[in-house]
Amino acid sequence: MAHAKDHDYHILNPSIWPLLSSLGGFVMLIGAVLWMHGITHWVFLIGLVGVLYTMFGWWSDVVAESRVGDHTPVVRIGLRYGFILFITSEVMFFAAWFWSFFKHRIYPMQEYVGSEYVAPAIHAVDPLHLPLINTLVLLLSGCAVTWAHHALVHNNDRKALVQGLAIGIVLGVFFTVLQGYEYWQLIAHEDWTFGGDQFYSNFFMATGFHGAHVIIGTIFLLVCLIRAMRGDFTPEKHIGFEAAAWYWHFVDVVWLFLFFAVYIWGQAPLMN
Amino acid sequence: MADAAIQGHGHEDNRGFFTRWFMSTNHKDIGILYLVFSALAGFISVALTVFMRLELMEPGVQHMCLEGFRLFSSGEVCTPNGHLWNVMITYHGVLMMFFVVIPALFGGFGNYFMPLQIGAPDMAFPRMNNLSFWLYVAGTTLGVVSMLAPGGNDQAGSGVGWVLYPPLSTTEGGMSMDLAIFAVHVSGASSILGAINMITTFLNMRAPGMTLFKVPLFSWSIFVTAWLILLSLPVLAGAITMLLMDRNFGFTFFDPAGGGDPVLYQHILWFFGHPEVYIVILPGFGIISHVIATFSRKPVFGYLPMVWAIIAIGVLGFVVWAHHMYTVGMSVNQQAYFMLATMVIAVPTGVKVFSWIATMWGGSIEFKTPMLFAFGFLFLFTVGGVTGVVLSQAGVDRAYHDTYYVVAHFHYVMSLGAVFAIFAGVYFYFAKITGRQYSEFWGKIHFWLFFIGANVTFFPQHFLGRQGMPRRYIDYPEAFAYWNKISSWGAFLSFASFLLFFGIVFYALFRGARETRNNYWNEYADTLEWTLPTPPPEHTFEQLPKREDWDHGHAH
Repeated sequence: MAHAKDHDYHILNPSIWPLLSSLGGFVMLIGAVLWMHGITHWVFLIGLVGVLYTMFGWWSDVVAESRVGDHTPVVRIGLRYGFILFITSEVMFFAAWFWSFFKHRIYPMQEYVGSEYVAPAIHAVDPLHLPLINTLVLLLSGCAVTWAHHALVHNNDRKALVQGLAIGIVLGVFFTVLQGYEYWQLIAHEDWTFGGDQFYSNFFMATGFHGAHVIIGTIFLLVCLIRAMRGDFTPEKHIGFEAAAWYWHFVDVVWLFLFFAVYIWGQAPLMN
Repeated sequence: MADAAIQGHGHEDNRGFFTRWFMSTNHKDIGILYLVFSALAGFISVALTVFMRLELMEPGVQHMCLEGFRLFSSGEVCTPNGHLWNVMITYHGVLMMFFVVIPALFGGFGNYFMPLQIGAPDMAFPRMNNLSFWLYVAGTTLGVVSMLAPGGNDQAGSGVGWVLYPPLSTTEGGMSMDLAIFAVHVSGASSILGAINMITTFLNMRAPGMTLFKVPLFSWSIFVTAWLILLSLPVLAGAITMLLMDRNFGFTFFDPAGGGDPVLYQHILWFFGHPEVYIVILPGFGIISHVIATFSRKPVFGYLPMVWAIIAIGVLGFVVWAHHMYTVGMSVNQQAYFMLATMVIAVPTGVKVFSWIATMWGGSIEFKTPMLFAFGFLFLFTVGGVTGVVLSQAGVDRAYHDTYYVVAHFHYVMSLGAVFAIFAGVYFYFAKITGRQYSEFWGKIHFWLFFIGANVTFFPQHFLGRQGMPRRYIDYPEAFAYWNKISSWGAFLSFASFLLFFGIVFYALFRGARETRNNYWNEYADTLEWTLPTPPPEHTFEQLPKREDWDHGHAH
């Protein structure tokens, strides 16, 4: 090479992962359509395995690159930007559910004299039982993750880091279990369906999408726990953990909005 | 040393074909892939319009028959196949919106030239960059599969229009609609990842000393476009996810029988859809600025106002969405607000148009092909912009809504505005990318064929709209026959010019004159990509550029 690279940016080697993961995603989505139309679920599962495999392989490469020192300070800034922007796009995704919820809550479809249309009644969950407990569980989980972060940054205390992360993960799993229990109660015992009522659709979509994010965030924290036990993180350099913590707090904040809007305000009597 | 300091000249490119094009982590190669693939998708999408204009050439249905598609009308009985027609308008729109213009301008030119203009060695996340591209390919494939898969009316494809409005889209039978929804999801994911990449690159990797307001205009336009994508596409993803839920899992977001509201979908869709309009056009603004400055031999007039106009258009683009839906029964106050907000956008857009004209004022203008396309852009975009101001009036829109006037308006802005910008960019940068120059003579022929063809296609549609011809119909009464025939001839001429364009490109690729000068235009093409060899080596800016390479002491 006539002129060697003389900058701190990360120039990557060619990689097969983007092609493979797109292929996996393509197969998975074709499979999802086949499954939804009752033809076969195998194509979806094969695609899903492909996607999960490439995620594992790709992020393993990222971790390996980080360990050989490719993530210079300027690259670390870029990774932070990237992750914050990703969370921004997620916020806008949630904006769609909240938009639908607020629209239906504030301006429900009206009944007109002479039409046969009957607006369905609103049903809601009592927010001060399971949802309140769940709020506390998720907030405590966020606290545990922040505790772990402080243990790493201020004291480089790997034991407290691992403990904090483990507690955060256990609480995250607990949240998912409670949420699943609530769904089960609503569907099996209170005859809630996904549709048939404006609140049902919004309730399940918003909380379900949040629940999916909790599960993703829990897995993200779990990966960080394994990496923390391996000793990947130093007080100066722990982008992966930082991103997981940001993601987890984002999930927290979304839950607070859901709790106050969908659960508390959603069960109040309608304005008109 | 000046040359060597900027990049590693002449080092061997020993990547295999598969490694280079299928496993790429190189922003220039990925940019080329984007351009090539969007040309392919564009060809499919344009072919659909030729069939549509063929059908509309005469009153009555002669070509799209239930008995089968006929290229030439015959005396035999023809039962009109409205579904086929609806499928054509749907996939023309979906492909153009998601799989042609954004990938060409944002993915292609953005990837190739934004890092070069700011002196970055590559994108911030080169591997994710390739994921954006392959997701785009996956999305396009899903879209084409959707067109051919079993759909509504026991035929192939979905005939619901690119906006996928419920209840049409929630009741359309078959798998096609679900595939179309996933196609849009995947293309959205691709664009969002691309946007994250562009924003991070722009913020984090500018050459030493290049402060925000020294960044060239094209890079600024890509940066603002990336923000629009980042903030609007996830909302669209939400809307179509709700469609998917309504279709397959018994949700009732948009079904009044379950308390849902179909108009809500329109709101959420257009909250994405209007920024989308600017996603399509803003990178074109950037390219046009550089082309006009170069061929007027003057720096761009009013660099700072140009930047702020891009930002203002981006911000305002988010608060005007409901002007697409004046007739759904909104309150008068809402209509008044959206009308005013929409007209405000004409101000920054006017700043841009007048600045381009002021750039040319007193310049030494040279009508090379890219400049011709830039001129064409200015004229056509202004026509489209002016009819846009007409349509922004809620009262006037009562008459024009869903007529051919709207079709003419948005094709003037997008099909003619954005696409002319793409062609300007292709001719401007062709030799830089390939190392071969196109034929100036045939380039000019291409321009005139396309310019005349496009105007003959779309200008009469204003008249048709004023006469009251509605959009999205396979047939029309005798009264509209005259201008429809002329419009169809225009479409065939445009298609011929498109074929000629492919001819020009292939000829230039294999037989074109070799171009080795770094800057083959003139000293007013003064951004960093013109300091690089032609074509650029695999890795550029391995030594970061020095300030004197790009800062020429005047505003860009």
